[in-house]
Amino acid sequence: MLADKDRIFTNLYGYQDFALKAAQARGDWDKTADLMKVGQDAIIEEVKASGLRGRGGAGFPTGMKWSFMPKAPTPERPNFLVINADESEPGSCKDREIIRHDPHKLIEGALIAGFAMRARAAYIYIRGEYIFEAKVLEQAVAEAYSAGLLGKNAAKSGYDFDVFVHRGAGAYICGEETAMIESLEGKKGQPRLKPPFPAGAGLYGCPTTVNNVESIAVVPTILRRGAAWFKGFGRENNHGTKLFQISGHVEKPCVVEEEMGIPFRDLIEKHCGGIRGGWDNLLAVIPGGSSVPLVPAAMMMDVPMDFDGCKAVGSGLGTAAVIVMDKSTDIVRAISRLSYFYKHESCGQCTPCREGTGWMWRVMEKMRTGNAEIGDIDTLYDVTKQVEGHTICALGDAAAWPIQGLIKHFRPEMERRIHEVKGDNMLEAAE
Amino acid sequence: MADAVQIPDEAETRAKWGSFAFSPAYKAKADVFIGRYPAGRQQSAVMALLDLAQRQVGEETHTQGWLPVPVIEYVAGYLGMPYMRTYEVATFYTMYNLAPVGRFHVQVCGTTPCMLRGSDDIIAACKNRGLVKGGTTPDGLFTLNEVECMGNCASAPMVQINDDNYEDLDYDSMTSILSDLAEGKQPKVGTQLPGRHTVEPYGGATTLQAMVHKNHDYREEY
Repeated sequence: MLADKDRIFTNLYGYQDFALKAAQARGDWDKTADLMKVGQDAIIEEVKASGLRGRGGAGFPTGMKWSFMPKAPTPERPNFLVINADESEPGSCKDREIIRHDPHKLIEGALIAGFAMRARAAYIYIRGEYIFEAKVLEQAVAEAYSAGLLGKNAAKSGYDFDVFVHRGAGAYICGEETAMIESLEGKKGQPRLKPPFPAGAGLYGCPTTVNNVESIAVVPTILRRGAAWFKGFGRENNHGTKLFQISGHVEKPCVVEEEMGIPFRDLIEKHCGGIRGGWDNLLAVIPGGSSVPLVPAAMMMDVPMDFDGCKAVGSGLGTAAVIVMDKSTDIVRAISRLSYFYKHESCGQCTPCREGTGWMWRVMEKMRTGNAEIGDIDTLYDVTKQVEGHTICALGDAAAWPIQGLIKHFRPEMERRIHEVKGDNMLEAAE
Repeated sequence: MADAVQIPDEAETRAKWGSFAFSPAYKAKADVFIGRYPAGRQQSAVMALLDLAQRQVGEETHTQGWLPVPVIEYVAGYLGMPYMRTYEVATFYTMYNLAPVGRFHVQVCGTTPCMLRGSDDIIAACKNRGLVKGGTTPDGLFTLNEVECMGNCASAPMVQINDDNYEDLDYDSMTSILSDLAEGKQPKVGTQLPGRHTVEPYGGATTLQAMVHKNHDYREEY
């Protein structure tokens, strides 16, 4: 198990004050200017060397993302850092804990990351429903300004940098980076076509990098303790520590920071008090938030919880939002509820997603009650394949994958319900 | 996209809200938000200003607030935006109420992680008190809606009522929260499990125990 001294988010549970003085006593804002003295490119190299991959779900190497930003921005066309705190993926609840309990890690990270990518300012886009969290964040930013840690000559580094909080208003799609940029510009959050990528033309047409809260908040600690320290955790290409969020049918759901690659069974046993009703009672797991396919119990037990480990079982680590389902779960309903979520959150821009998410949900409801034909399962699968990959952003894919996972692993259960409604004799059906 | 709401009669709302303007306190807040964006980019503040306007309407009506058409027009005018661009924003995001709501807007999360932990019971507790999904109780006290994932999955099921989250609910605790609110009492915000602090494993954190009682500095142990 990861030692407490190697945990980055030491106030994760909010037992102590979030405010500046307490945060400094825990090590935040400690000689920040010295960390920046090495220069922009050296910081980017160090983050690259640490093996940090983006914590927002896609797992793109953070240092490499920063290196795409123009090296000599002009005052008319400054660089921007946008921090994605629009945490809305069902199952995900880690950024909330960082923001309400350790906001100074994020703000210090914003300064360092913004400096490294030569940004003029950072916008922290926090989801509208995080009302209390936004208040805490605003307070922490104000404290940082009063203490001279932001603004002109931020933290006495000689660099001018601003951090602004922008509240969303309840749209999952704004977690997609180009939709977030649209929303920041005061428009509907509908994703943009790429290219141009945000690093070329993002917020207000200026070069922009969008990073997840956790990716930014771990940076100061990585620089203080060195890339080698961070790289020492986890397997090749999957380094560092990670906030895992376990929800659903475990004895004790929680958020916990652990080493990447911790086996699923250890994660649950050590921190969550086991599966409700014991390991034999485990039905399936969604290892990375609602957008990734579910994994049946037998395949999941010994999976190392990292990007490649989850990929190997046909799923993904996503945001490490682990949704556990025991055998009492109505699995078809669980996935159908996710289909409803995507129907609700589709922005309406691309036809396959706008029409497809509603259609898929309605058919999933028929599957839930069994009021369908056996052939409908194949039609449903076929439609998910037609939505997937045919939309501007990944919401279409995210709506398709959970259903594909369900059909792949739980087709017999879907067929059983249909036979039951039809009153078919199961023996005859089997012949 | 949320299901279309019935927008109240325009002549009536225009008569009531036609002269809406930010109060000095709200105007000061609005100008702080506008100042966060580069010159000429004040449209970026539209989300914040719609939220402020909704809150001011809420204060004036003693509810959570909503956005009558003249109020949206006012915000558009304040930012020099075409009305339609502002209306698009108001209809796109779910946190703007396009129709009046009650004193307490009860938003029960029903997405899968909450569903697995028993959000059906929370909805049942609401129904048992006479709350109806999408409607307001006759006394104007409660408006009930089922919402999508609120990001409190490790302390599910949960409800957001106006600005406060109530987590780790069950049928009984939800019933008592609604009773308290109806009686004008403020229930405890956050987790409802006795002894749980926030999102640590229930019964005691498995990590970072040194932090529980004092602001421990782990740097000495590196």
